[in-house]
Amino acid sequence: MYSTDYIDQGTPRVDSSKTVTLEIDGVPVTVPEGTSIMRAAASIDRRIPKLCATDTLKAFGSCRLCLVEIEGRKGYPASCTTYVADGIKVRTESPRLTQLRRGVMELYLSDHPLDCVTCPANGHCELQDMAEDLDLTQSRYGLSGANHQHAPTDTSNPYFTFDPAMCIVCSRCVRACDEVQGTFALTIQGRGFQSKVSASQNEPFLASECVSCGACVEACPTVALTEKSVIELGRPDHAVTTTCGYCGVGCSFKAEVKDGQVVRMAPNRDGHANHGHACVKGRFAFGYATHPDRVTTPMIRGSINEPWRQVSWDEAINYAATEFRRIQAKYGRDSIGGIPSSRCTNEETFLVQKLVRAAFGNNNVDTCARVCHSPTGYGLKNTIGESAGTQAFDSVMKADTIIVMGANPTEGHPVFASQLKRRLRQGAKLIVIDPREIALVRTPHIEADCHLQVRPGTNVALFNAIAHVIVTEGLTKENYVADRCEIDSYRKWRTFVAEPRNSPEETAASTGVAPGLVRRAARLYATAGNGAIYYGLGVTEHSQGSTMVMCIANLAMATGNLGREGVGVNPLRGQNNVQGSCDMGSFPHEFSGYRHVGDPAVRTMFERDWGVALQSEPGLRLPNMFEAALDGSFKGLYVQGEDPAQSDPDTQHVTAALAAMECVVVQDLFLNETAKYAHVFLPGSSFLEKDGTFTNAERRVSRVRKVMEPRAGFQDWEVTCLLSNALGYPMHYRHPSEIMNEIARLTPVFAGFTYEKLDRLGSIQWPCNDKAPEGTPTMHVGEFVRGKGKFFVTEFVPTSERATRRYPLLLTTGRVLTQYNVGAQTRRTANVAWASADRLEIHPHDAEVRGIKDGDLVGLTSRSGDIVLPAVVTDRVRPGVVYTTFHFPDSGANVVTTENSDWATNCPEYKVTAVEIVKVNQPSAWQKRHREFTDRQLEFLKGGDVTHA
Amino acid sequence: MEPLLTKYVREPNSFTLDFYLQHQGYEGLRKALALKPDEVIEMVKVSGLRGRGGAGFPTGMKWQFVDKKSPNPRYIACNADESEPGTFKDHLLMERNPYLLIEGCAIACYAVGARVAYIYIRGEFLHVQHILEQAIADAYARGFLGKNVLGSGFDCDVFVHRGAGAYEAGEETALIESLEGKRAQPRNKPPFPAVVGLYNCPTAVNNVETLCNVPLILFNGAAWFASLGPEKNGGPKLYCVSGHVKRPGVYEASMQVTLRELIETRAGGARDGRRIKAVIPGGSSVPILLPDQLDTQASFDGVQKAGSLLGSAGLVVLDDTTCMVWLAGNLLHFYRHESCGKCTPCREGTDWLYKILRRIECGEGQMRDLDLLSSISANIGGKTLCAFGDAAVTPVLTGLKHFRHEYEAHIKEGRCPLPADWRARATVGAH
Ligand SMILES: Cc1cc2nc3c(=O)[nH]c(=O)nc-3n(C[C@H](O)[C@H](O)[C@H](O)COP(=O)(O)O)c2cc1C
Ligand code: SF4
Ligand code: SF4
Ligand code: SF4
Ligand code: FES
Repeated sequence: MYSTDYIDQGTPRVDSSKTVTLEIDGVPVTVPEGTSIMRAAASIDRRIPKLCATDTLKAFGSCRLCLVEIEGRKGYPASCTTYVADGIKVRTESPRLTQLRRGVMELYLSDHPLDCVTCPANGHCELQDMAEDLDLTQSRYGLSGANHQHAPTDTSNPYFTFDPAMCIVCSRCVRACDEVQGTFALTIQGRGFQSKVSASQNEPFLASECVSCGACVEACPTVALTEKSVIELGRPDHAVTTTCGYCGVGCSFKAEVKDGQVVRMAPNRDGHANHGHACVKGRFAFGYATHPDRVTTPMIRGSINEPWRQVSWDEAINYAATEFRRIQAKYGRDSIGGIPSSRCTNEETFLVQKLVRAAFGNNNVDTCARVCHSPTGYGLKNTIGESAGTQAFDSVMKADTIIVMGANPTEGHPVFASQLKRRLRQGAKLIVIDPREIALVRTPHIEADCHLQVRPGTNVALFNAIAHVIVTEGLTKENYVADRCEIDSYRKWRTFVAEPRNSPEETAASTGVAPGLVRRAARLYATAGNGAIYYGLGVTEHSQGSTMVMCIANLAMATGNLGREGVGVNPLRGQNNVQGSCDMGSFPHEFSGYRHVGDPAVRTMFERDWGVALQSEPGLRLPNMFEAALDGSFKGLYVQGEDPAQSDPDTQHVTAALAAMECVVVQDLFLNETAKYAHVFLPGSSFLEKDGTFTNAERRVSRVRKVMEPRAGFQDWEVTCLLSNALGYPMHYRHPSEIMNEIARLTPVFAGFTYEKLDRLGSIQWPCNDKAPEGTPTMHVGEFVRGKGKFFVTEFVPTSERATRRYPLLLTTGRVLTQYNVGAQTRRTANVAWASADRLEIHPHDAEVRGIKDGDLVGLTSRSGDIVLPAVVTDRVRPGVVYTTFHFPDSGANVVTTENSDWATNCPEYKVTAVEIVKVNQPSAWQKRHREFTDRQLEFLKGGDVTHA
Repeated sequence: MEPLLTKYVREPNSFTLDFYLQHQGYEGLRKALALKPDEVIEMVKVSGLRGRGGAGFPTGMKWQFVDKKSPNPRYIACNADESEPGTFKDHLLMERNPYLLIEGCAIACYAVGARVAYIYIRGEFLHVQHILEQAIADAYARGFLGKNVLGSGFDCDVFVHRGAGAYEAGEETALIESLEGKRAQPRNKPPFPAVVGLYNCPTAVNNVETLCNVPLILFNGAAWFASLGPEKNGGPKLYCVSGHVKRPGVYEASMQVTLRELIETRAGGARDGRRIKAVIPGGSSVPILLPDQLDTQASFDGVQKAGSLLGSAGLVVLDDTTCMVWLAGNLLHFYRHESCGKCTPCREGTDWLYKILRRIECGEGQMRDLDLLSSISANIGGKTLCAFGDAAVTPVLTGLKHFRHEYEAHIKEGRCPLPADWRARATVGAH
C-alpha cells in the first residue's frame, strides 16, 4: 500500500493539450482529454469508491465499485475505464449506486475474514475504508461453503508475506508486476471463484521469478501482500521524504518511521526518477543501518598488528590530525591525501576535497569514480563539453531505438530498467552490445532486435565498424553535423571510419560479431527515429575506455541523436552519488563543476572564498597514491566511506600499499577491508542518519533527509569539519544547506541551487542557474555545452591483456540485483537469501573440456593472482569468456584483475583479464591468507581497551 | 431453401481442395479481388449479413469501422472458439467445409485491408485444427493464400491458433488477449477491436459461420443473399437443435423458419412422446421461451420480439421431466466454472448463485434465498465488464420469472417436487 500521506487519483495522469469539460455532480470540471471520469472526479475531491484502480496502473475495471450514472447513457459505466467527454453529466452518488456498491461490497465481505481490529493493515486498508464508507460490516450470505479463508500464508520472501485469505483478487499485484516492474512473475491462476494469485507456476514467492521489487506489495489494497516489518513493528507514525543510498537511479522514498525506527521504505509516487517504483535494495534492504556489525565508537591503534583501542571522538580526531601533520613535516606536504565517497552526500564530498586542498594543502584527492566512470568524464567533456549524461530517465519513453552497451540495467539499475522495458514493450527497438546474454536480450514480452556479443576488449573496433556502416551507407545527418559540430574534426573522423579496415567484415575477426548483425544494428540506430545510447562500466572499464566513450559521442553526433528528448548519451552511473562526487571536485585536477586547478581565474575565486593559497598542479590519482606509498613517498590517507582494498583492481598491490602507510584514517559504517589496514577508525553515518543531497545518473540533485539520529553522534560532514578544525583550518557549518550555498557560490552549473528550492521542486537537474532556474532535463539543446561538437579519431588499440595459451579465457565482471558493489551493506541484510556468494559463469563448452560441472569449485588464475569460486555452467556467456561478480570480499574477484588501465584516465581494465580455470577442491592461498588476516582483525576489534564509550 | 453452407457435408471428400474447386470454390474470392475493398464491404452491407457469433451485429458495418487511417497493420480474427452450450455448428463447417472459411477469411482480409487472419479455435478441437491446417497448406500450395493471391498483388496469410479451452476466450476481446499470449480476460470497451484490437491494431472479430457466408454473397450477389430470409435477416442460417428431441443435430434453414418447424419437423419433436416444457433458443445465455411461443420466427428479430435472443442459434429443448431449479443450478455450475474471474460481481456472485441454487435443489433452501438470488443477479446483470455476467444470471432470472412455483415447492417440501425417477436423471452433471 502506498505511503500514508498519498492521495490516490485512481487512474494515471494523462498528458494531452486538448481539454474536455464535463459536469460531475453538478460541478463543471475541465481535464485533459483521455482522463477517466474517476480521475476527473478526484480533481474536485469527489472520491468515487474503488478497489481495483490505483493511479500507477492502467485502469482495469474489475471491482465494479466505481460505477456511475451518465445522463442519457444506459447502464452504469465504470468510472475508472470510462473517459470524459464534452458536455456529459455524471452522477457519482445516488440511492441506486449506493445499493449497487453495497451489493458488490457484500460479495467481497462474504469471502473475507472480518477481523480488522487485529489486522496489521487496520486503518490502512482500502477494503476496510470502502466497507466503512458504504456502511457495511458483514454479508448476508454467511460464510457457508467453500471459500479461501484457510489457504496458508506464503512467508518465503524475506521481506513480505502473501496471505491468500485476505486477497480480494483485484489483480493490482499482477498488473504492478507486469506494468510497473516488467517481470511478469505473477498471474491469476484458475478461473472464476477458483482464481488466485500465483507466483510463477504456483511456487513460493522466493522460489519464483519474483525479483522482490515490492511493486506488488505497494499496489495491494489489503493486507494480503504486506511487508514483514509492518507486521512486526506496526503502523508508522510519520514519514520523511529522502533519497535511496544505493544505485545511481536515485529513487525517492518516504521513509516511514515508528519510534525512531524505520518500518517501511515506501517509494515516493511523486519521485521524479522512480515515479513510485523501487527495487529490492532500496525498498527492503535497509537493515544494515541497524546491524550489530556497525562500529559506533571511534578507535585508534599504533599499527595494524595491534588491537584497536576505543577512544573518544576528541582523541581520535586529534590523533589523526597530529599524525597527518607529523607525516607532512617528515615526508613533505604531498605525502598525504584523501578519498571522498560516492556514497556520501554532495556536501560531504565537497568538504573532503576542500579539506585536502585547503587543509592538507595539496590536490591529492581522488574518488572511486576513477575506477568506474572517469572515461565518461574525459570522453564526454572533450567531445560535447559536459561530463554527464545528456538526458532525464523519462526521455527513454520517447526513444525509438535503444542501444544498451556494457550495462546490465535489470541487475544494476533496476528501476530504470523497468522504465526501459516499458518503452520496449511499447515497441521501441533494442540493440544489446555485451559479451554476456544479459536478461534484456530475452525477457517476458521483450526481445532484443540485435545482440552483438562482442569479445571483451574489442568495443572500439566494433563501434568503428558500426560507424563505418553509417558513414559508408550515407546514414549520417549531414545538416545536423554541419550546423552543430566542428566540421574539420568530422571530416577527419569520416575519412577514418570509412577506411575499409574498419568495416564489419574486416573487424569481425577481432570482435567476434557477424558482419551482417553489425550492419543491421547500425542501420537500425541511424534510421529508426530517436536513437538513444545507455552504457555502463562495460564501456569504461577498459584500456580504451575513454576512446570508447568518444566513439559513442561521435556516433550520436553523426546521427543527430543529441540535444532533444528521446535521444542522447547516457552513462548509467553505478553508485548513488558517483555523479555528485565527480561534480563536487573529487578529482585531483578539477574543482567542483569540472574546472581545472590550473585555471588561475577559478583558483583565485576558490582561494578568496576559502582564505588559503591553493596548488595549481594536479595531485595524485588513486593508483599513483598507491604506487607512491609503495616507494615510500606517500604515508597518510583519509578515506571516507570507500573501500579500495576490495573495490580496486589487483587487491594484493593495494593492500601492500595500505600496509606501507603510517596513518590510514577510515571513516565507515563497518570495519571494511580497508579499515583492516587502518590506524584510525571514525564511525560513519548511513544515509538514514544525515541531511544532504545526492546526484543521480541524470544529474538530478535530490534531498537526503535525516530519518534517525546518527548512531555515533555525528553525520559524516560534521566529522570532516572536526578533522579540519583539528588540522587548524576552520570549518564551521551549522547545516549542509550552508555547504550547498558555498557550492552554489563557487560553481556556475550549481549557481541556482538552494535547499529551499529543492524542497519546493522536489529535485533539480543541474545545470541550474540564471539561464535554467529550474534545472536542465535535456542538455545540449540547440548547441553543445562545448560550443561546436568535436569528433575524435578512435583508432582501435587492442589491450595488451589477451587470451594466451597460458591464460586462454577472458574474465569479465559485473554485479547482481540483490547485492550492491562491495556488498558491505547488502551482505548485512536478508538479500543474501538470493545471492550469498560470488560465482563464476562459464560456457558449457569451456566447462566440459576442463571437466567442470555446475557447482564445482574452480580455481581462477591470472597473472595477478588466484582465487577459487563455485562454477555456474551457462550459455549466457560466450565460449572463451567467463564472468563473475565482486560483492563478497572472501572471493576476492579483484585479486585476479590486473593493473592495466585506461590510457587517458587510469580507469582500471576490470572488464578484461586473461585467466585460466581448473577444477579444485579448496580455497586459494590468497583466500586462506585473507581469511586468517580477517579473523585476526576481527579479534583486534574485540580486544581493545575501552577508554571512553 | 436448399442447404448452401452444409450442402456437401455428407460427401466423403467435402473437405478436400479438389472437391471444393469443383463446386465453385474460390469463385467468391476471385470476384472480390476484381472489386475495390470498399465495394466488397458495400456488398456485405447490402446483403444484410449479421454476425452469427451471438450478437447479430451487421458484418458490413463492423468491417467499415475497422480504422483505415491507422498507420498500424489490420487483422481479421476468426472466432472459432465455439463453446456456448448446445452450439456445434462451427465445428461442422470447419470439419466438413474448411475452404469456405478460408475463402471467407481471405475476402475479409481484402475488404478491411488486412493481410493476416488468425483462426482462434477452441482448445478441444484438436482434429479440426489438423483439418484446417492441412487445408491452409493446400491453399498456399495452389496460390489461394500467401504472396500475390491469384496474381492480384494481394498478400494474405492465415494462421490457426488453438486456445486452451475456456468459454470466456470466445468473448471477442478475451480472444484477442489470448491470441496475444495472455490470460483470456476481456478488455474494457470502448475502445472496440475495430480501433484497438490485436496487438493494439485495428481488428475485426468474426464468427466462423459469419465468414462462411461471405463467399456466397460475393459469388451470388448481395440481393440474392438478402432475399433468402426475412428483412434484415438474410442468408442461410445454421441451427443446432439439442436436448430432449428425437433427432438432435445441425439444421440449415432460411430465417423464415419457425422454432416449431425446427424442433418438431426437422428434429422430430420431443422424444418419448413427452411434452416440451421450455426452450432456450440461443445456447444457454438467453431467456427461456415457453411452449406457447414455438411459433416464433427463428430470426434475430423474431426471437428478440418474443423476449429472448437468437444468440448462437443453439436450441436447447427441455421436456417436462426437467427440474427448473436443477437446470439453473446446472447452468450456474457451468458459468461459475467458466467465469474468467476478472470482475468481482461475476467471480463471487456466480459462486453464490450456484451455492444457493444447489441448496434449494437439495431441499435445504429458505424463502429468503429467493430474494438473495434476485439481489445477487441484480448486482451482476448489466454491471459487469463483459456480457458473460448478463448471460450467467439469465437462467436464474427467467427461471424465477416463469417457474417461481417450482422454486417455492422445493423450499416448502424440502425436496424436488418432480417424481423421484426423473430426478435421478436430472442430477447428472451437477456436482
Ligand atoms: C462470454 C461470451 C462468449 C462468447 N463465445 C463466442 C464463441 O464461442 N464464438 C463466437 O463466435 N462468438 C462468441 N461470443 C461473441 C463474440 O464476443 C463476438 O461478438 C463474435 O465473435 C463476433 O462475431 P460475429 O459478429 O461474426 O458474430 C461470445 C461472447 C461472450 C460474451
Ligand atoms: S516483488 Fe516485484 S517482481 Fe516480485 S512479484 Fe512483486 S512486483 Fe513482481
Ligand atoms: S494480493 Fe492484494 S493486490 Fe494482489 S489480487 Fe490480492 S488483494 Fe489484490
Ligand atoms: S463478467 Fe465474468 S467473464 Fe466477464 S469479465 Fe467479468 S468475471 Fe470475466
Ligand atoms: S475501480 Fe473501477 S472497476 Fe474497480
